[in-house]
Amino acid sequence: MAAPLVLGIVVAVTVRAVLYRSSLAGFISERVEVASPLNAWKRVVEGLALLDLGVSPYSGDVFHETPLIIYLFHFLIEYSELVFMITDVLTAVALYLAVQDFNKVVFKKQKLLMELDRYASDVAELIRTPMEMHYIPLKVALFYLLNPYTVMSCVAKSTCAINNTVIAFFILATIKGSTLLSAIFLALATYQSLYPLTLFAPALLYLLQREFIPVKLKSKGFWLYTTQYAALYLCSLVVIVCLSFFLLNSWDFIPSVYGFILSVPDLTPNIGLFWYFFAEMFEHFSLFFVCVFQINVFFYTIPLAVKLKEHPIFFLFVQLAIISIFKSYPTVGDVALYMAFLPLWSHLYRFLRNIFILSCVLIVCSLLFPVLWHLWIYAGSANSNFYYAITLTFNVGQILLISDYFYAFLRREYYLTHGLYLTRKDGTEAMLVLK
Amino acid sequence: MGLLSDPYRRRALSRLILRLNTPLCILSYLAGLGWFLGLASPPFTLRSYMSENAMGSTMVEEQFVFGERALSYAREFAGHKKKVGGIPVAWLEKTMWNLGLEVYKQPFSRTLPFPDEMRERYMVKGTNVYGILRAPRAASTESLVLSVPCSTGQPNSQAVGLMLALASCFRGQIYWAKDIIFLVNEHDLIGMEAWLEAYHDVNVTEVLSSGMQGRAGAIQAAVSLELSSDVITSFDVAVEGLNGQLPNLDLVNLFYAFCQKNGLLCTIQGKLQRTDWDTLPAYVHSLQTLLLMVLKQGSGRPQGDHGLFLRYHIEAITVRGINSFRQYKYDMGTVGKTLEGIFRKLNNLLERLHQSYFFFLLPSLARFVSIGVYMPACGFLILILVLKALDLWMKLSKCDAGPEEQLCDGDRGAGHAAAEESRPGLLTLVPPLLICHATGLTLYFLPVLGQHVATQHFPVSESEAVVLTVIAIYVAGLALPHNTHRVLTGCGSERGWMSLKLLSLLYLAMLLGCIALINFSLGFLLAITMVPVAAIVQPRGPKYLYAVLLVLVTPAVTLLLSIVLYQELIEYPISALECWQLFLQAVSEGLLDHYLYGSIVFPFIALFVYPCWLLLWNVLFWK
Repeated sequence: MAAPLVLGIVVAVTVRAVLYRSSLAGFISERVEVASPLNAWKRVVEGLALLDLGVSPYSGDVFHETPLIIYLFHFLIEYSELVFMITDVLTAVALYLAVQDFNKVVFKKQKLLMELDRYASDVAELIRTPMEMHYIPLKVALFYLLNPYTVMSCVAKSTCAINNTVIAFFILATIKGSTLLSAIFLALATYQSLYPLTLFAPALLYLLQREFIPVKLKSKGFWLYTTQYAALYLCSLVVIVCLSFFLLNSWDFIPSVYGFILSVPDLTPNIGLFWYFFAEMFEHFSLFFVCVFQINVFFYTIPLAVKLKEHPIFFLFVQLAIISIFKSYPTVGDVALYMAFLPLWSHLYRFLRNIFILSCVLIVCSLLFPVLWHLWIYAGSANSNFYYAITLTFNVGQILLISDYFYAFLRREYYLTHGLYLTRKDGTEAMLVLK
Repeated sequence: MGLLSDPYRRRALSRLILRLNTPLCILSYLAGLGWFLGLASPPFTLRSYMSENAMGSTMVEEQFVFGERALSYAREFAGHKKKVGGIPVAWLEKTMWNLGLEVYKQPFSRTLPFPDEMRERYMVKGTNVYGILRAPRAASTESLVLSVPCSTGQPNSQAVGLMLALASCFRGQIYWAKDIIFLVNEHDLIGMEAWLEAYHDVNVTEVLSSGMQGRAGAIQAAVSLELSSDVITSFDVAVEGLNGQLPNLDLVNLFYAFCQKNGLLCTIQGKLQRTDWDTLPAYVHSLQTLLLMVLKQGSGRPQGDHGLFLRYHIEAITVRGINSFRQYKYDMGTVGKTLEGIFRKLNNLLERLHQSYFFFLLPSLARFVSIGVYMPACGFLILILVLKALDLWMKLSKCDAGPEEQLCDGDRGAGHAAAEESRPGLLTLVPPLLICHATGLTLYFLPVLGQHVATQHFPVSESEAVVLTVIAIYVAGLALPHNTHRVLTGCGSERGWMSLKLLSLLYLAMLLGCIALINFSLGFLLAITMVPVAAIVQPRGPKYLYAVLLVLVTPAVTLLLSIVLYQELIEYPISALECWQLFLQAVSEGLLDHYLYGSIVFPFIALFVYPCWLLLWNVLFWK
């Protein structure tokens, strides 16, 4: 199994190396879909230059990376291309190992439930076999490595790739059941881009499940474990933040990074939903609407946690997708991370309803982004409405894709317990309807 | 949402799509065609109006009286031009200097990728001369351009004369708020490109030119003037620029308004506007005008020197003086007054022209069709591809899921037959895709790279070699190994060609959608021809009929037919041989446009449309 992975890695690295040397690299790194104000490489270079001059990189309004990133590249600036290729490969390997482990867990759980006779009698075709699960880790890794979104993100040297690596390691640590590492990586991810904060819930649910602690609000073990995990998480977060403080000897980075993420002052067009809306709005409403927009990322966590209590990894996937849709400066690199998980749910394929239309919509939108950008910015003949229309379609496509997967997952679970061939009371074939 | 998630409604919808697929496709095609033909008639066209405030309410008073002086300048210029045998740089510099302009010259050179036989040029060397009239009341932050092409072949001395006379008239006026650049560019578009690149200090093509010494701020608008006789009967305006880009409609309106004010006749696409609107001959007339515009825009060529300005966000038109056999002639005084009025109005602009439309089609100068109205025509055509793709997808997924998943059931027979065969997987689609795109790459790179080899081995000139290589590769693409999947799986299956067709239909839909946004006319011309055949092609049934149809809709044949249609529309019918020569010329012009000015039509066809068409060819010969 390792050989195909290595082959995939070699291909992926070759593609990236070739693109770095080609004239496309400059073009890609200028694309607003790939590089946001938060993670554009140009801004990292600017921050480094300021740091070298002895000026705080956060003076001015250009640099919005965290202090750890700037110190990482302070030493590695010469090898930046290599760093980005390695982070991509690390992400893929982490996802590979995580999914491999998760598959074992799924298989064990399925076996247990079958022995306990929890499944209906006629669901044999829904039961997953080791044969079909064998290639899933490889597919996940390749889906991440060879996804054009990831490739572009890497070629543009968007630091989004590093955030993805941290999140992938967090997922790996969680699935392996290491509470400490999971908390540390979660803290790092939060420190990097704030929104992974919401991944706390799925990670906790998974770890609880792994420790066989029932999720009951009255049980003592549940609260004990939760407190422990939360304390670990908060402690590591405090340590990382303090470390950043000592690195630069100022708290400037807090408003410059987190304030920048939350209050959305930079309205450069991107693939997200924020820019157009806030560019059009009167200034004195903007605080209220920033709150409304930002709450989207955090809001869905609670209902999802209730509904997907038993399936924390699926919850994690949905939450990642929600982050990448509703975050304030999304890039295609974020989209690539959750898309890497799609092969993991390939058993839901038969329950998906709109996958064809939705994948067409997403591909068409990805192609129309540069076309409409050209018409708006270079040709000057179209305007921002054209571009925003595509942004909107792209996001609606993503939302429908996620809800399609969500619904398919629920449907499969329902079929597993109630039998595949449902009959109504009058004996005719029944059908599940989402209301 | 209900439609997407409610299985009952979905079932009804998918049944509808499966059962009524063919009628829906035919209906959609007719709707697209009908919509397009309807564009020339009143309910679709709007009366054009001036949107820009700065140019709207006040009419200016023109003072140009130097008509005679213009003619004497023209004669003098023609004499010097004949003497020098090219652009008389020294004379122009001296004359402009005497008029009180800041004069600069800009030498440039460009080696063409292969000789241009029509204009007889290969290694081009030339000089642009331009004079700047500094505005007395502003800080040289904005400017307007009046450009006049001057080439050895084309007589354009009256335009130079008029330009110089206008410069002397403008010099005496005090209300200029924008600098005015008077530019004489040699070697028409090449010189224009060199000047624009130097002015904006960029190098997007391979023109070599010296740096620019004098500038006059951001150019707001430009007018390119072509005159070849002392008196004119009418003005013709050309709007189509590089890659089908158009100037803001307000500039065209401005030109039209001043022509009307001075009682000048003006035409578009060489067609005079009719006064009646609701009769059949009037409709046919405006449809012809519209079709001419679509053909010209679809070619992606700049239809005048203004075409290159548009890339730099500068609104520009080309104005051509025509001297035909009409009774009433206008002298240089009237022509000068019209141009003065246009410049006075442009001088009043407070910001760039942006209020009016950028995407439009003109069935006449007084009426226009906006993007929201013409886009559905293309939308209906692309809808056919989507419907067909959905149909194929449902058939394919039915064989996948087998009989138990019956969310969408249509004709069961086909589904079962296909389900019995083995699943070839997506791997079979990779070789055709690669081969087709490799052919496309060859078509793009080989002709220009291999021209020297070709001239050594065959008795042809370089440009003939390039054109003939293009055609040879194009035709050779048809004979490529089209059944690579048999090596992989042993035998092709029903699923194989269905997935290949699905892929190519989606690919085609995507290409047409993207290009229709950039250049509607090109997208529409390709869609109206390729879509119906792409929708019906399959390896079963009357194979040879399909093959003939498919060859008839290949982009090359579309080009040939467009040439015939164009000649019919300008009422200049040609014989088959002439048509073939024009076709060869069009191919070489297309390549030159790409290499010289960065037109995207040739690479778009060679790298994307042609491979996509080859995929359809593959579907047809799937065994």
